[in-house]
Amino acid sequence: MTTGPIIELEKITKTFGEGTAAFQALKGVDLTIERGDFVAVMGPSGSGKSTTMNILGCLDVPTSGVFRFLGTEVQSLTRDQRSLLRRKYLGFVFQGFNLLARTTAVENVELPLVYRGEGKAARREAALKALDRVGLVPWAEHTPAELSGGQQQRVAIARALVTDPEVLLADEPTGNLDSERSVEIMEFLAELNATGITILMVTHEPEMAAFAKTVVHFKDGLVERIERDHHQREPVGAARCSARPCSSPSVRSGGTSCAAF
Amino acid sequence: MVTLGRGVTADIEEQISSLGSNMFIVFPVQGDRDQLRPFDERDVEAVREQVAGVNFVAGQVESQVTAIHNGQNWRSKVEGVNNEFFDARGIKLDEGRRFSEREQQSGANVCIIGPTVRDEIFLASQSPVGEHMRLNNVSCQVIGVFATRGAVGGSDDDNAIFMPLTNVQRRFTGNDDIGYMVVAYDPSYSSTAMSHALVSLLRERRVLLEGQANDFDIVDTAEINETVASTVGTMTIMVAAIAAISLVVGGVGIMNIMLVSVTERTREIGIRLAIGALAREVRMQFLTEAVVLCCFGGLVGILFGFALSLGLSSLLGVPYVFDPFINILSFAISALIGIIFGYFPARRASNLDPIEALRHE
Repeated sequence: MTTGPIIELEKITKTFGEGTAAFQALKGVDLTIERGDFVAVMGPSGSGKSTTMNILGCLDVPTSGVFRFLGTEVQSLTRDQRSLLRRKYLGFVFQGFNLLARTTAVENVELPLVYRGEGKAARREAALKALDRVGLVPWAEHTPAELSGGQQQRVAIARALVTDPEVLLADEPTGNLDSERSVEIMEFLAELNATGITILMVTHEPEMAAFAKTVVHFKDGLVERIERDHHQREPVGAARCSARPCSSPSVRSGGTSCAAF
Repeated sequence: MVTLGRGVTADIEEQISSLGSNMFIVFPVQGDRDQLRPFDERDVEAVREQVAGVNFVAGQVESQVTAIHNGQNWRSKVEGVNNEFFDARGIKLDEGRRFSEREQQSGANVCIIGPTVRDEIFLASQSPVGEHMRLNNVSCQVIGVFATRGAVGGSDDDNAIFMPLTNVQRRFTGNDDIGYMVVAYDPSYSSTAMSHALVSLLRERRVLLEGQANDFDIVDTAEINETVASTVGTMTIMVAAIAAISLVVGGVGIMNIMLVSVTERTREIGIRLAIGALAREVRMQFLTEAVVLCCFGGLVGILFGFALSLGLSSLLGVPYVFDPFINILSFAISALIGIIFGYFPARRASNLDPIEALRHE
């Protein structure tokens, strides 16, 4: 693994459709994301943020430009090679939770490990550990329908975490939640980030973006501006953070920059 | 369906083989005249001497009797035959012996009984050979028991008592007539040629003029065999065709279900792909589902067919022939149907674009 930036986008363009119906969603995006960053991607609808996230998630490939993920040029990989990248290094959290409806929470969390070819016992153990991180062990045998929205999203986060990914991609993770649950989820993501996981998150809400270290604003298929050393919001449950090798709550309080992190 | 078909086939084959193959049965019928003109021993001799290719020829005459032994009565029939009849019809003995030359000529009161007669009026614990029994008012000694011949067309061939022909003619029918002739011939001769030779000889002996109809009939077991074989063959083809159609219909049904399942679970497929499932793995998942579905269906079908054919065969009085091969085959075909008709939906699932699939509601 390289020590350079975890993600590099160079002059990324993406065109949908062909001929006169062609629509250029991305018009040359340059973006570098360092390891351990917590990036919020913002922008109005149609600004290209979702397209960028799809490319960053190795779900889609750019029409032109270079996308380096951990030094690998993703744009030239095949579908299956990109699947393997996702399986190894990426975790996904979606707005709609996207849990498998007929399976229990713990089985949902086990799913990525199934594709990694892990044994049954190892899968269960790792899944329970991930559920423990989101505090849902008592709900392990419940199906998504029996869980609240916040709980479902936490199961989804556990599923993304179970493989110890390098990067967690969250597409409006709080979009379907009320503000209280949203803050809970965001605090949890901030805690996760503090343990070293790089997080990329798309959001509409500035309050949620406030948890991020870096905010990238998209407009008309281009990066409009990047706010580094973002004014990061103090997690409410700061005490939870103290046990982890992250900056002490006092450093971040009062709008202190987190750049030193 | 196939099991039942096989049961019927086995039943028919058994009946046919119990008749004997390469054999004619010749019996008098009413021709242009009103009266039935029976054959007698001289006709038998003529066939033996004048038709080439005849292995055995024997006359038979029968009469209904009541067999009595040890105070037990049993309705049976006495058949007057010579030893050659056993060869012609392929009748084997379970125990005892055939008639001796002297017994045949003098018409001794000896008899060879069928298994049914033995079971009905003799003790199971001891052999009937050497015992005496009474047929109506004629006493005779049992010298043998013939091996089972099975039932042909509802009548029990094992319910019979063989006695020397002359004895039956003298004591039961009271004349020299014989009921029918059995002609067994060399299989290297064609049955048509044999039949022609027989017809012309018998017409000559019975002084039939040209234009007059035969007043006898020849039943050719080879012909019956062929007819039955072709009927059964047609039946098997029909059964196979029906089975094939139902397989295709079932396969299309499976394909539809799987396509619906793929559509309904588009989101799930998107999740799996996003998590890092390879196209191959998604394809395998849906293919496996289709195959499991089909195998399960196949198993249920086999159990259902098992019960149904067991029930039907006892209802129709056809022996139940369990054929493991056909069961394994039908199971394998179900699995194959799963693979063939599951492949298309599975490929469709694996080719989904994860972004589109995730957006799917």
